[in-house]
Amino acid sequence: MKPHRRRKLYFLLFLLLSSGGAIALTLMALTENINLFYSPAEIVSGVAPVNKRIRAGGMVLEDSIFRSESDLEVRFIVTDLQGSEFTIFYTGILPDLFREGQGVVARGALNEDGDFLAEEVLAKHDENYMPPEVMDVIDQAHGDLQK
Amino acid sequence: MITELGHFSLILALGLSLVLTLLPAWGVQTGNITLMQCGDSIAKGLFFFLLLAFLSLCYAFVVDDFSVNYVASNSNSALPPYYKISAVWGAHEGSFLLWTLVLGGWTFAVTLFSRDLSVDMRARVLSILGFLAFGFTLFSLLTSNPFERSLPVFPGEGNDLNPLLQDFGLIVHPPMLYIGYVGFAVPFALAIATLWSGRLDMAWARWSRPWTNVAWAFLTVGITLGSWWAYYELGWGGWWFWDAVENASFMPWLVGTALIHSLASTEKRAVFKTWTVLLAISAFALSLLGGFLVRSGVLTSVHAFAQDPQRGMYILIFLIIVVGGSLALYAVRAQGIKSNTTFSWSSREAMILVNNLLLVVATAVVLLGTLYPLAYEAVSGGKKLSVGPPYFNAVFVPVMVVLFVFMALSQRSRWKDTTLDVLLKRQGFYVIGSMGTAALLMFTLATFKSYVLLISTIAFWIFANLLENVLQRFKRRRWEWGSMFAQPLSYYGMLLGHLGMVVMMIGICCTVYYSVERDLRMAPGDELELAGYQFKFVEIRQINGPNFISDQAEISVTRNGQDVISLFPEKRLYSARGSVMTEADIDPGLFRDLYVALGEPLTQSAWGVRIQIKPFVRWIWIGGLLSALGGILAVGDKRYRRSRRKDSSNFLKI
Repeated sequence: MKPHRRRKLYFLLFLLLSSGGAIALTLMALTENINLFYSPAEIVSGVAPVNKRIRAGGMVLEDSIFRSESDLEVRFIVTDLQGSEFTIFYTGILPDLFREGQGVVARGALNEDGDFLAEEVLAKHDENYMPPEVMDVIDQAHGDLQK
Repeated sequence: MITELGHFSLILALGLSLVLTLLPAWGVQTGNITLMQCGDSIAKGLFFFLLLAFLSLCYAFVVDDFSVNYVASNSNSALPPYYKISAVWGAHEGSFLLWTLVLGGWTFAVTLFSRDLSVDMRARVLSILGFLAFGFTLFSLLTSNPFERSLPVFPGEGNDLNPLLQDFGLIVHPPMLYIGYVGFAVPFALAIATLWSGRLDMAWARWSRPWTNVAWAFLTVGITLGSWWAYYELGWGGWWFWDAVENASFMPWLVGTALIHSLASTEKRAVFKTWTVLLAISAFALSLLGGFLVRSGVLTSVHAFAQDPQRGMYILIFLIIVVGGSLALYAVRAQGIKSNTTFSWSSREAMILVNNLLLVVATAVVLLGTLYPLAYEAVSGGKKLSVGPPYFNAVFVPVMVVLFVFMALSQRSRWKDTTLDVLLKRQGFYVIGSMGTAALLMFTLATFKSYVLLISTIAFWIFANLLENVLQRFKRRRWEWGSMFAQPLSYYGMLLGHLGMVVMMIGICCTVYYSVERDLRMAPGDELELAGYQFKFVEIRQINGPNFISDQAEISVTRNGQDVISLFPEKRLYSARGSVMTEADIDPGLFRDLYVALGEPLTQSAWGVRIQIKPFVRWIWIGGLLSALGGILAVGDKRYRRSRRKDSSNFLKI
């Protein structure tokens, strides 16, 4: 092979390897940092993975919010209004639009007891706005019931 | 009555935009100069009627005309007058009218400031802008008409503006952002006009540069203001969330930054001609994509407004027509255009190439993270996921670090050829010096963090190169003071633009690594010591605002026994909507912010409180504003006006 051809080949190989490597690393970072959403029914039935960072949500059940007397720990029950429910534990400040009977999405992990330990609790800016995930949860649970 | 006038004006604007699309283009095709020239007056009429429509809507807000649906759902008679005006763009319909008005404004500006463009090019540019205005106005009228009334029965009182938006930040953030977003329509129209005419040369780059700079500068200001607003108004002290809608504005900014650099090389050296055209198309395409993401409700976002699939579908179709058409035209016309210019691998052209590649890669990374949830939902049949900030931090930040290394290296590079000797001379010394300075500052003022060392070393290194650049010029002018003020404005613009990035880098790395934050339960009399400051919860009381009632806490801050400030964070209840809002109180400073926000009441007297100390956080926004100012300064350069006049002589042949 002529020297300039060889140089070109090496250059192309370098380009291919480096861009391939970059793409692989990017996709790895992506798959490691996606948080799948699970509904209360999926959490109760055990579809949702344990000790893995996921998102979960539904409606906050009325009269289910309990606060610690001494610090910022709080727990509440999330339901799909059709009988599936689970408990979320959280320590910290809840968002302004968090209240009973409203939709909520939490990010965190399930423990072996089926409790959800939240790192972050999200409610939305607009009080009329329902997180699309929660909307789906209610619609699906409702649809299943009618079948 | 005035509302009907506004509605009618908008319909007239739709007609005019259609005429503006067709007549000048018809003139170009048939060689009819009169038709080509009529674009000017049509564009002015278009702007006039859009402005009239917008002012009519403002009037409806000011006089509390709640028979107009949009006013009823976004205003209230108790709303302070300045918020009544900003409420005009507080929700989807009005903000889209503002968006359309801004496009009208840019089109009007083109008629004013491009007298040197040849008649046919002007006609082409105006026709393309007319088509975009047509698409936007039609969208407004069909799917989101702000002038709809509910007659004869209408509410006696309005639903009030979303309290989050009752803030100075909202008065200025959307207009700035839209001027930037929509501003990319002008370089886009110029690029398409160039492809259409088939004269893909350096002149179009020279015309595009000032327009691109202004649009970019406004977008920079808009994003910066958005970040600042999120910091103090969302209540929790974050300044960037990698939220889908933030990304939507950030992607055009990244590509716009690449475009600014690549336009420079196309203008000066006639390289990357077709690539620059592609960037101009991409910048505007990403702006449109941003509009689609924000307004269709396809993504979960904190900016969730207007959840309407019909609107999303319309914008998607418009996006496909505009982008598809542009790319098809590009594919046909950009073939066979080659630049015969050569440059070495250490020249300024090569540096700009690296800049462009890295910025495009960064954009792709953000795009992937933003659209992945959509793609996944489509493929998996409705399962939802979100991509977390760790993804963006893990992939985007390293790309930026490499970019900044090249920013330091490229300051000395010259067009065509720079030898490696020149490029690398003293750089080792600078790097070591920067690292030494960074380490010294870190050991004396804070704790050691390797990432802070890395980022601040690069920041100081860029700064050293910028300083050297200035000193070299000064030296060549024999150290005459006057010469420092006689440089072209674009030179100062370049320095300031890059300096802004240095300031921002320092702000970001200090805020990220040295912020301290504590969430705790506090009752009157409780104290907290955090990073040398004592925070004392003094009391909580009720106060009344114009359209809200509020629980206000008093938290006194002392340091080493000396009073620093008393902060008054609030929890407001806006009566019209019954919505609760956190109003943080901040003691701003150049080197640190003290940030206190109230959580929720836990018992009769105890509250959840978040206390934060955020060092250098202001530098992030100061840096952004400096860069934007740099972009504006560069536009003021006499060179554009002078050289454009010179070129136009070649272009009057039709």
